[in-house]
Formats: sequence, C-alpha cells, structure tokens
Amino acid sequence: MIPEIGQFALILALFVALVQGTVPLIGAAQRRAGWMALAGTAAQVQFLLVITAFACLMHAYVVSDFSVANVAQNSHTLKPLLYKISGVWGNHEGSMVLWVSILALFGLAVALFGGNLPPTLRARVLAIQGLIGAAFLAFILFTSNPFLRLDPAPLEGQGLNPILQDPGLAFHPPFLYLGYVGFSMAFSFAVAALIEGRVDAAWARWVRPWTLAAWCALTVGIALGSWWAYYELGWGGWWFWDPVENASFIPWLVGTALLHSAIVVEKRDALKSWTVLLAILAFSMSLLGTFLVRSGVLTSVHTFATDPARGVFILGLLVTVIGGSLTLYAVRAPALRGGGLFAPVSREGALVLNNLLLTTGAAVVLLGTLYPLILDAVGGGKVSVGAPFFNATFVPLMLPVLLACTVGAMLSWKRADLGGVLERLKFVFLAALLVTAATAWLAGIGEVFAAFGLGIAAWLVLGSALELGNRIALFRVPFAESLRRAAGLPRAAWGMAIAHGAVGILVAGVTASSAWRSEEIWLMRPGDAVTVADYSLRFEGVESVRGPNYAAERGTFTVTRGGERVTTLASEKRRYPAERSDTTEAGILSTVGGDLYAVLGDRAPDGAWSTRLYFNPLVGWIWAGAILMAVGGVVSLTDRRYRVGAPRRAAARAAEAAPDTAGA
Amino acid sequence: MTRVRPAFVFPVAIFLALAAVFGIYLYQVGIGGKTVAELPSALIDRPVPDFSLPPIEGDGVGLASTQLTGQVSLVNVWASWCPPCRQEHPLLMRLAREGVPIYGINYKDKPDAAKAFLAELGNPFAAIGADRTGRVAIDWGVYGYPETFVVDRTGRIRYRHVGPIMPHDLKTRIQPLLRELGR
Amino acid sequence: MKRVAARLVTMFMLLLSAPALAVEPGEMLADPALEARARAISAELRCLVCQNQSIDDSNADLARDLRLLVRERLKEGDSDQQVVAFVVARYGDFVLLDPPFKATTALLWGGPALVFAAGLVGIAVWFRRRRAEGSEPAPLSADEERRLQALLDGDGSNPRP
Repeated sequence: MIPEIGQFALILALFVALVQGTVPLIGAAQRRAGWMALAGTAAQVQFLLVITAFACLMHAYVVSDFSVANVAQNSHTLKPLLYKISGVWGNHEGSMVLWVSILALFGLAVALFGGNLPPTLRARVLAIQGLIGAAFLAFILFTSNPFLRLDPAPLEGQGLNPILQDPGLAFHPPFLYLGYVGFSMAFSFAVAALIEGRVDAAWARWVRPWTLAAWCALTVGIALGSWWAYYELGWGGWWFWDPVENASFIPWLVGTALLHSAIVVEKRDALKSWTVLLAILAFSMSLLGTFLVRSGVLTSVHTFATDPARGVFILGLLVTVIGGSLTLYAVRAPALRGGGLFAPVSREGALVLNNLLLTTGAAVVLLGTLYPLILDAVGGGKVSVGAPFFNATFVPLMLPVLLACTVGAMLSWKRADLGGVLERLKFVFLAALLVTAATAWLAGIGEVFAAFGLGIAAWLVLGSALELGNRIALFRVPFAESLRRAAGLPRAAWGMAIAHGAVGILVAGVTASSAWRSEEIWLMRPGDAVTVADYSLRFEGVESVRGPNYAAERGTFTVTRGGERVTTLASEKRRYPAERSDTTEAGILSTVGGDLYAVLGDRAPDGAWSTRLYFNPLVGWIWAGAILMAVGGVVSLTDRRYRVGAPRRAAARAAEAAPDTAGA
Repeated sequence: MTRVRPAFVFPVAIFLALAAVFGIYLYQVGIGGKTVAELPSALIDRPVPDFSLPPIEGDGVGLASTQLTGQVSLVNVWASWCPPCRQEHPLLMRLAREGVPIYGINYKDKPDAAKAFLAELGNPFAAIGADRTGRVAIDWGVYGYPETFVVDRTGRIRYRHVGPIMPHDLKTRIQPLLRELGR
Repeated sequence: MKRVAARLVTMFMLLLSAPALAVEPGEMLADPALEARARAISAELRCLVCQNQSIDDSNADLARDLRLLVRERLKEGDSDQQVVAFVVARYGDFVLLDPPFKATTALLWGGPALVFAAGLVGIAVWFRRRRAEGSEPAPLSADEERRLQALLDGDGSNPRP
C-alpha cells in the first residue's frame, strides 16, 4: 500500500512539475502576476509530493518490505538500521529519488525565501527548476522506478555490498547530490537571466549564496568519499583519478571558478556572459557525471550496474537541457553588455587568471576521463588514461593558481599596485622560502617537489593570516582597536581567509602523505615487531570474531613509541555470508602528525601472517583542509549581505528617496 | 537583433559533437554488442606464442605451439574452478562433434579436478596442455576466463573471445570466421 | 546486454574471490634495488581485471602473476623498458596507466596546452576589444540625473556597497 502511495506521489509530482515548468514561463512573458505566482505554490506542492515518495521508499527499506523489488535487491534483514536507511540511496533507482527530492527542496527554498526577487525572475527560475524536475521524474517513472513490486515477495533480500556499509559512505551521496543539484539553482538563475536578457550585480548577489551552499556540500561530499576510500579500501590511497571520482571533481572545479567570477559580476558588473556560461556549465558537468555513472559507457568500481537503454534517456536529457541552455546562451549572451573596465593587474585580473586555470584544469580532467571513450567510439582502439596523465597535466595547472591566490586576495579593484602588494607579502614569501629550504635540507635535495609543496602550503596559510591582519591593521593600531575591527569585519572576509588557508592545509597534507609515506611489508608471527616511522608494532596474533552480519579474522598489534605503549591496532579480514564477499578493515591510529595504518593479509602455510604497515604523514590534513574549506564557505554564507531582508531594505530606502521612480 | 558571434557558439558546438560521440558509443555498446570492458588482443594477426606444455598428469601428450599450424583450430583457456567455463562447455562439445579441432590450455588447475571436469562434461579437446603456473596464459595475453582464440592454418591468431562463448557469439562471430578461414 | 554484464561480473568475481594481499612478503625480491624497480614498474602497469588499479595495488590473481613476472624479468637482467615492453607485447597499450605518446593520443597529451593557449588568446582578444569599445557604463538618463542630484544634495548617508 505504502509503495503505491509513493508511486502515485511521483506521478502527481511529474504533472505538478510540468505545470510549474510551463505556466510561470508564459506568465513571465506576458506579465500575468497570477500565473507567475503559481510557480511558488507548485514548487511547494512538488516538494511535498516528492518527499512523500522518498519517505515511502525509506519506509519500505526500514521495515524490509521485500515485495518491493528495489528493497529486495539491495537490502537484508541483518543489516543495521543506519545502513538500511542509507541503502535507500545506495542503488541507482533510490539515488534518483534522492536527486529529485533535493531538486524539489531547492525549488522550495526559492519559493519560501526568494520573496525579494523580482517576480518575473523568480517565476522563470522556478519554472526552469520545474522543467528539470519533470525531466528527472520522467526518467524515474519510465526507466528506473523504485516502487516496482515482486510477486511472490522473497523472504530475504540480496543485501548490500558490505563495502558500502559504512558511516562515511552513508552520507557521501546526500552531500554530493546537495552539491550537484545545488548547482541547478545557479543554472536556473542563468537561464532565467538569459531569457530576461539582463544580468546585473543584483543577479550575482542572488546567485552567490545558492552556488556557495552547493559548493560547500560538494566539497564535503568529495572529502567524505576520499576519506572513506582511504580507510576502507585497505591500501591507504585516497584519490585514484577514477572516472567517477573525476565526474564529481569536474563540477567542483567549475563551481569554484563560478564562485570567483560571480564576485566580479557583483562588485564590478563585469564578466557577465562568462559567469552565466560557467553557471550553465557547472550544472551541465553534474549532469554529465550522472550520464557517465549510470549509462554503462564507463566501467569503474563506482558505477551503478545499469544498461545503455537508460543511457539513451539520460543522453536525451543532456541534449535537451545542456544543448538547449547553451543554444540560448549563443543567441542571447552577446547582448549582455559588459560593465567596468579593469587593468590586467587588478583583483579582477587575478580572478580572471583563477578562472582560466581552474577551467583549463576542469577541461583537462574531462579530456582524460572521456578520451578512452571517444577514441573507442571512433574506432581508434582502446587506450587507458590513469593517474600518471593527470598528475603530469593537472598538477602543473594548479601551482600558478595557488601562488596567485595569496597575491590576488590583496589586490585592489580596477587597477592594483602589484609592487605594493608584493612588498607587503615579503615576509610571507621569505617564510615560505624558509619552509621550502628547510624541507629540502631535512628530506634531501631529491625531494624538491615535496619541499616546494610545503612551501606553497606555508605561502597560503601565512598569506591568508597576513591579509586578515592587514584588514584589522594588526600591530599598526592598538590591539583593542584591531579586535574591534575584527569583530566588524564582514563574514565574507573571514570566510575567504579561512577557505584559502584551508587550501594550504590541504596542500600540505597531500604533499607530505604522497612524498614521505613509509611502508613495511612483512610476514609476522605473534611476538614479532616491526618499526614504522617512530612507532614499533608488535604482532599479537589473530583471533576469530563475529559481527552483526559478518565473521572475521582479527589481527592485533601493540603500538609503542619510545618504549611507551600508545595503543592497540586491530585489522580484520571480514567475510559477509549474505553477499558472499570479503573486505579488509585496516587498523588506523590518527594523529595530527600522520596516520599509522596496519593491514592484515593472508595466512602463510607455516602459520605466519603477511602484514602491511604504513605511516602516512599529515594525511589527516587533507580532509581537515577540505572540511575547513567548507566551513569557510559556510561562514561566508552567514554574511549579512546575503540575508534575505537586506536587498528589500535597500529597495525600500531607494523607494523613499525617489517615489516617482518606484517600480522601475 | 541577434548577430551570431562565433565565440559564443563554441560551447554548444563542442557539446553537440560530444553528445554525438556518446550517442555513437551507446549504440555500439547497446545494439552493436561491443563490450566496454573487453580489450582487444594484442596478438591479433601474430603467430601463436612459442610454448610447450605437459599434459594433465598422465593423460595424453600435452600441447605445443607446433601443433597449431596446418589447420584452422580453436584454442580454449579453461579451468575446472571457473563457472563460466562450465557454461560454455556444451558448445565446445558441439563444435568438436562438428569436426572443429579444439585445443585446450588448462589454467592453474589441480589435475584431479581437471580430469573430473572432463569426465563429467565430456572432452572436446584434441590435446590439452596443463599451464600450472599461468605463465603461458600470460604469453597469450589472457586476462579473463575462459578465453577462446581462433588460429588459422599458418598458425596466426585471428580472433580472441573473452568470456564464455554464447550461441549468439558462435553464430555471429566464430562460425563465420571459421568458414572464411576455410574450415 | 544484461547477459554480457552478468558474464563479466561473474568473471571478475571469480578473480576476486580468493583475496590475496597486493605485494605479499613472499613475492618481494632480496635485492632492494631490484625490488624498488619492480615496485616502480608495477605501479605503471594497469590491473586488467580491476579497471582502475595498478598491479602493485591490486589483490587480483592476474596482478600477482604479473608482479612475479616483472620480478623474474628483472632478475634475468632486463632493463625497465624491456620489462614494460614485454608486458605490452602481450596485453597491448591498454596495460599502461600512462598513455603512450602516439598518433592516437596526440590530442590527449596536446590537449591541455591547447586549451590553455586558447583560453589565453580568448582573454587577450576580449581585453583588446573592450579597450577598443571603451565600454563605460551607459550615460545617465534625465530621470537618473535627477535622482543622482537628489542623493548628492539631500540624503547624505550613502551606504557603501
């Protein structure tokens, strides 16, 4: 009964979405207030319907209703509750329902909080959201229906891949989708603006919060995925340039570029058509990612097992949405006249450089990901593009961005004094140079890249601190005055400093863990000890243990450092009988300085066990940096200037001052 | 009022070209039957690798590369622990009955298990070599099991099939090729 | 097509069903220099059954066999290039994680530089055109002139953006 309610809710939602997608557009073109206002109501109704469907699906999972085919294929009574819930989005059909739920959620947010938008813009934005929602609902209903029933219902489900039964991975998809779908807001705003024929500073001010929120979520989602891969997959890797990973990274790169170029539109009324293009591209890349993951054209450990028939539908969706919006762009964008001029050396110039490098980076990752597919399609044979390609092409593009970041944050608008800024940064530069030299001296001159990496990290962190210090005139005025200025600083300034500093932390983590990882591979018997970095690990032996839905061999290691006992690490080789598959869980000791990582291997015939022991310096800084970046974004979001009421108050004041121009 | 400027048309042009490629690829993978993950053999049109394998413990004389010239034949890499090998075996039996010479490379198998497999399902092989270490299979570029190669009269490899042979593959790929090579 | 997918899945599950550790102690060579070369070469070779790992990282049976093969060839005195060529002769270019520079991959390796150059050129052209057009904001209309005067004269509090 409940699955049928869910099914019905989805069908109704499709109709509502179609109405939401058409009526307000006509209303905006003909200036019919009632038709435009329908958009808000439709968005709210659509949200209610979609969330009902989502709740029905979740209910089926929680009570293990195996008469629903989707539940039978992906769940099991023995699974812990958390994973029954996360199992809802751990498969193709369920994840699509999550996708449309978030799409409807964003539409609802505009309906509820977008009261200060001009009615025509609001109507158009909601209409585009509605059309996108309709497309995806159609996709679900016609090719990926999660509510299909099985008759007779099996007594037990086929379970979920045990590798996915993990807290980190449970939340990875929701954050990712908040990001991907969040970019649909920027997309809708861009398309609505092209239809309106107007992009101005106010538009940018409305677009930025949505884009920022989506970007924060995507950052967290990617970080969670990477962190999960690190501790779950058993060899300490955290980024593989896998096609599906790349499919999430490309929208992130484009989204970062978009965030930066939107600033120029907002502050200087320039780079308009470029920003609109980026807004369209960010969501387009999300859609492309969806296509790659679900159509069967790529194989990867990440892909859902789907077939080309679905791929055709999604391709049709892509052509309509992306092709349509880019055609609109080709026709309308030339009419968007630019605003303020600026010199090449200026904050705008730095942001243009930022955009050039980030967009090229995104294009490079896209090229490497799609190249095998394109070559195979045109009959050029099969070629494999792995990590070496991306490391050789992507990393060099990022170096200039990181260097420019610190400088750019201190340049002024329109025309900047580069010499003056560099002068102010000279101590930061010296400090970074010192770090580089010290690292090279300590680690050996062969490690020059790693030394350079740490130097860049210092450059970013110290540069951000200096920029903040400058703003509050630290050490130039009494400390109390500085504190007062700090309290009065716009949140966006704090957000920027935190986010840029966080990038430095991330770079440090990436550099150290890549360059100075220690690895020890040994056959160990109980009582044997191996030294890794500063730690000594003594193997205590292996015992058999049981979990809620698995049986395991657990190896324990006593960890000492300088003679003092630090902790006990345990690594397990688990067997999940329901899914008939095995996983290896590593034992990890996480410290600020790095991770000690122990993995139990196979038993040798003579009773010894093969083990792999690692020390990964500063690896935790990678995810700390990523999360801190998202924190910076959230801090920026809380800036008063993005609050809902502010533009209305400004509009009211202007209306007071010049009543005869009200309504212009 | 709309003057088309080339720079603005680039994005949609690039996208449509990409979409066309995706469409072509979907067609190839869907209806065309191409497998995304299947790799072409690096040995097509090259002579079979030199090898000489012993028989499965005391059962025949083994298999050597010299036996693979002079006639059109199939070489099948199989093992008793491989369920898809079990799946395709009846087809191999049928081909053997039709007179196609089939040679087997038994991959990393225990002799007893291999012999039991053949006793149960029948032996379509004119000769079998036991590759206990798997090294000869690597020389053939084998990566998935089972694999079947079509070898022509001059001892060159003309086709490699990865995975169990299904009736569909037999009809559309293997039998036409065998006919073409003069079998 | 689902058949095909199912077949492949069966094949691969087969290969993963006997989990061995990547690079086991028993495989490692006694000579640390040779072992280091073996690890480096292994990191460049793709594991063909796992789709995105090197044979150094992979648990698969085939990966293990190839690791042993690499070490064997090194012990026999092959150079690094010879070992890689040995594997490529059997498995094709696809086994290389680093795509070779050939006619078919020219666009792949040349692509990044091309995109970057196109971007630079585009920016330069745009800059020059903006300068030539001299696009300052459009002149104020009479209406807006009055508003500006009113703001400048009367309402002194002009909040900074």
